[in-house]
Amino acid sequence: MLGRTLQEVSAALKQGQITPVELCQKCLSLIKKTKFLNAYITISEEVALKQAEESEKRYKKGHSLGALDGIPVAVKDNFSTSGIETTCASNMLKGYVPPYNATVVQRLLDQGAVLMGKTNLDEFAMGALGSDTGGSTRNPAAHCGIVGFKPSYGLVSRHGLIPLVNSMDVPGILTRCVDDAATVLGVLAGHDPKDSTTIQDPGKPFMLSSLTDVSKLCIGIPKEYLVPELSSEVRSFWSKAANLFESEGAKVIEVSLPHTSYSIVCYHVLCTSEVASNMARFDGLEYGHRCDIDVSTEAMYAATRREGFNDVVRGRILAGNFFLLKENYANYFIKAQKVRRLIANDFVNVFNSGVDVLLTPTTLSEAVPYLEFIKEDNRTRSAQDDIFTQAVNMAGLPAVSVPVALSNQGLPVGLQFIGRAFCDQQLLTVAKWFEKQVQFPVIHLQELMDDCSSVFEIEKLASVSLKQ
Amino acid sequence: MAAPMLRGCCLGRCWALACIDSSSRHGRGAATGFTSSGKRGQSFVAQQPLLTAQKSRKGEHKWAAVVGLEIHAQIASNSKLFSGSQVHFAAPPNSLVSFFDASLPGTLPVLNRRCVEAAVMTGLALNCHINKKSLFDRKHYFYADLPAGYQITQQRLPIAVNGSLAYSVCVGKKWRQVITKTVRIKQIQLEQDSGKSLHDELRSQTLIDLNRAGVGLLEVVLEPDMSCGEEAATAVRELQLILQALGTSQANMAEGQLRVDANISVHHPGEPLGVRTEVKNLNSARFLARAIDYEIQRQINELENGCEILNETRSFDYKLGFMPEPNLPPLLLYDTASLPAGADPQQVINIDRIQEQLPELPSETREKLIQQYGILPEHSFALLNEVGLLEFFQNVIKETRAEPKKVTSWVLNIFLGFLKQRNLAVNESPVTPSVLAELLNLLDRKVISSAAAKQVFEELWRSKGKTPSQIVSERKLELMQDEEALERVCHAVMEGHPQVVMDTKRGNPRAINKLIGLVRKVTHNRADPTVIKEILEKQLSS
Repeated sequence: MLGRTLQEVSAALKQGQITPVELCQKCLSLIKKTKFLNAYITISEEVALKQAEESEKRYKKGHSLGALDGIPVAVKDNFSTSGIETTCASNMLKGYVPPYNATVVQRLLDQGAVLMGKTNLDEFAMGALGSDTGGSTRNPAAHCGIVGFKPSYGLVSRHGLIPLVNSMDVPGILTRCVDDAATVLGVLAGHDPKDSTTIQDPGKPFMLSSLTDVSKLCIGIPKEYLVPELSSEVRSFWSKAANLFESEGAKVIEVSLPHTSYSIVCYHVLCTSEVASNMARFDGLEYGHRCDIDVSTEAMYAATRREGFNDVVRGRILAGNFFLLKENYANYFIKAQKVRRLIANDFVNVFNSGVDVLLTPTTLSEAVPYLEFIKEDNRTRSAQDDIFTQAVNMAGLPAVSVPVALSNQGLPVGLQFIGRAFCDQQLLTVAKWFEKQVQFPVIHLQELMDDCSSVFEIEKLASVSLKQ
Repeated sequence: MAAPMLRGCCLGRCWALACIDSSSRHGRGAATGFTSSGKRGQSFVAQQPLLTAQKSRKGEHKWAAVVGLEIHAQIASNSKLFSGSQVHFAAPPNSLVSFFDASLPGTLPVLNRRCVEAAVMTGLALNCHINKKSLFDRKHYFYADLPAGYQITQQRLPIAVNGSLAYSVCVGKKWRQVITKTVRIKQIQLEQDSGKSLHDELRSQTLIDLNRAGVGLLEVVLEPDMSCGEEAATAVRELQLILQALGTSQANMAEGQLRVDANISVHHPGEPLGVRTEVKNLNSARFLARAIDYEIQRQINELENGCEILNETRSFDYKLGFMPEPNLPPLLLYDTASLPAGADPQQVINIDRIQEQLPELPSETREKLIQQYGILPEHSFALLNEVGLLEFFQNVIKETRAEPKKVTSWVLNIFLGFLKQRNLAVNESPVTPSVLAELLNLLDRKVISSAAAKQVFEELWRSKGKTPSQIVSERKLELMQDEEALERVCHAVMEGHPQVVMDTKRGNPRAINKLIGLVRKVTHNRADPTVIKEILEKQLSS
């Protein structure tokens, strides 16, 4: 049951094959068994069971709220959840219990979703899972063999999403299949008066049609994305995917995004600048961690922030402060904004030339083993990981990573589709077609654990091999 | 506060005023940072006429001072600029703080429509160009009363630019000539107010109240077109009146709704401008002029002693600059021509509509008073200068047949004088407009004399509940109406004082006054001196 898609589970709940409480308990049990993965910062067991009970009552009366009623969901720990600790994986917010729900969390709860807990992330989302600022939804999805969807900027409310880069952040959706992502998007999308950067359209449920004929589609392959660091395996999957579209009648053409090579540097300047600004509020006064020093306000700020933030965060704040200094502002920040405009225009030009969707790799390779991962510093690592995904955030476009195949090592590889702004539905429709063609195997964590129970006793894992 | 007019001092020579104050040369702190004592400032105009000062300064080098102002006015709105928490003065600490105001992570700003309208109204009233597109920025600095570590303001592209503010100066003999001066307005921008910090020295701690954090402010930047404290104070006063007339701000300096920072420098005429210093947070009208003049004098003294003027850098100057506020899209305003078809009226602001609905501005009101009642310009200023005075005046006019000039004189001299002496506001006056109107009617009908009227007024002030008529009859203040009887008295007095009569006939001008005085004594002051004089003159000539 836990390996099924959202729609399958929803149907099962409706038919009474399983109850929301049973489902919730199964989830909780698996969460406990996989605790060593450290995937959850907070498990909201009591809340989840309570919500599951409410859902069960509704199903019994035949008044289910919709496709998400009773469905277990997890929310990254940089989304504000009322009454549930929200830390952003930082010392600075240890013990911080928000008094309000992020809009997206509220919308999920309003549909009857069951909140299992708050998932882990790099401190203040500077590098990994969940919300998508530079690829943090799509990258992990590609590495884990699931669907990771980044909506158009302005489609989904950021109210309650603790920001990294306000002008690039979006809530991202991680699901087993594209249909599920569309279902969730239907619940989350639409104008929020509390977020002035959302579009006015109130939003409606996303029902994806099943595309059968791709002959009217034009797929673009950006040539600048063919970089030397791209692993040969991923390159071959990418190539095969392009051929697949072509063989089914779509037009597949090479396009150019000439400013691609500047996007990493540009992103770095803008990201650190916004970070420096957004982190200014963490002073220990109103909420969160406060040091013990009370000699003076300045001393208190300094110590609180030194204790509260890790090196990566402090490094970015310092960098951002540098770029925002009066004497540097024009040369760095403004220049980066201009380059950002150029990068965004690259996409506009390509889409205006008749291309519907772009097809690119999501990551350079399959997931790198832990020991190798920790060799590079965070900045190099981010630069490498985000190379295909970042420009999308700068342009505010929708993008989705769809699993394509397992590597020779047996690890998942994904490919990315990028669509026009606010053409999320079209993008997901194409992705759904591709998913159907590819038939990527579903990963069953339960079975996997049963097979490799001895391996999971070891805390640190070098690599995991999956049986197909 | 006295009328917002300059008493003949400023035409580039306001250093003269400052030198009168030169005895008080304590640190700058002495002149700034005062909160206003008393509800209405007493006259802060130096009473020394310019002439005296000029004499003492003859032969010295001339100095010219240049004063610019940054004025922060709290917008009169129900809720804050970017959040829904209420705006109230003197509420319990931290009782009006929303999640956004406390900078809880994940909260976002949502722009308050009323604040935008207030900015547009103010911009239009000050002849500004309204930018149809304006932008919001973050200004970063660390301070305990700024929870987010930045203030949202409009630095790059504010909502209104290039306006002007006219204020009036009285010059010449007896200050009868009115000159209009103009100060250019560089820009008007919307921005957030900060919270308040209270320093508890005893326990070495700072207490923070965030009630004010996030309240909408209009920052009005006045170019350095002013040349002394008086001009600055007058300009500020006029701005206050305009904001109050518009209803966009209550602009009460005592309650912190209007705060002024002054930029001041001095130079020799013809030479380049000097180094600027800043005098901050002047929140008392009374001390505004004095603080500025003090600083002008201080700079002159420093320079004359061969020292340099140091520009005190703000403590947060070296920190971050501005960054665009990413959570607020550009603010777009429309006029009737550019309004998109089918636009939701709740979501758009039409500048033309706001222009049409602008209330009457103080300058228009004064002009109307002059036209309608024939009063003098300086009186029109005085009437607008006191809260509630104009309304009082107009209510009196409604109920009396006395001439407007008479009413004006009574309201501005006698009534206002009584208020000032007792430090009262117009709305605290024990004498209502109706009562004063009744008194003036008695005077107008010549039931009582002018002197008697003043007596009655004093009594009215003291004992409430009595009408003027009651007091008049109680104290037997009615004028003698019987002219024949009066003639007999005059005749009798003349007969009783032949020497005085002789003096009068000889042309001694004071003699007749003596006679009048004698007649008044006999009649217990119940005869109109003017009438007495007429009768005496008639009898003397016959």
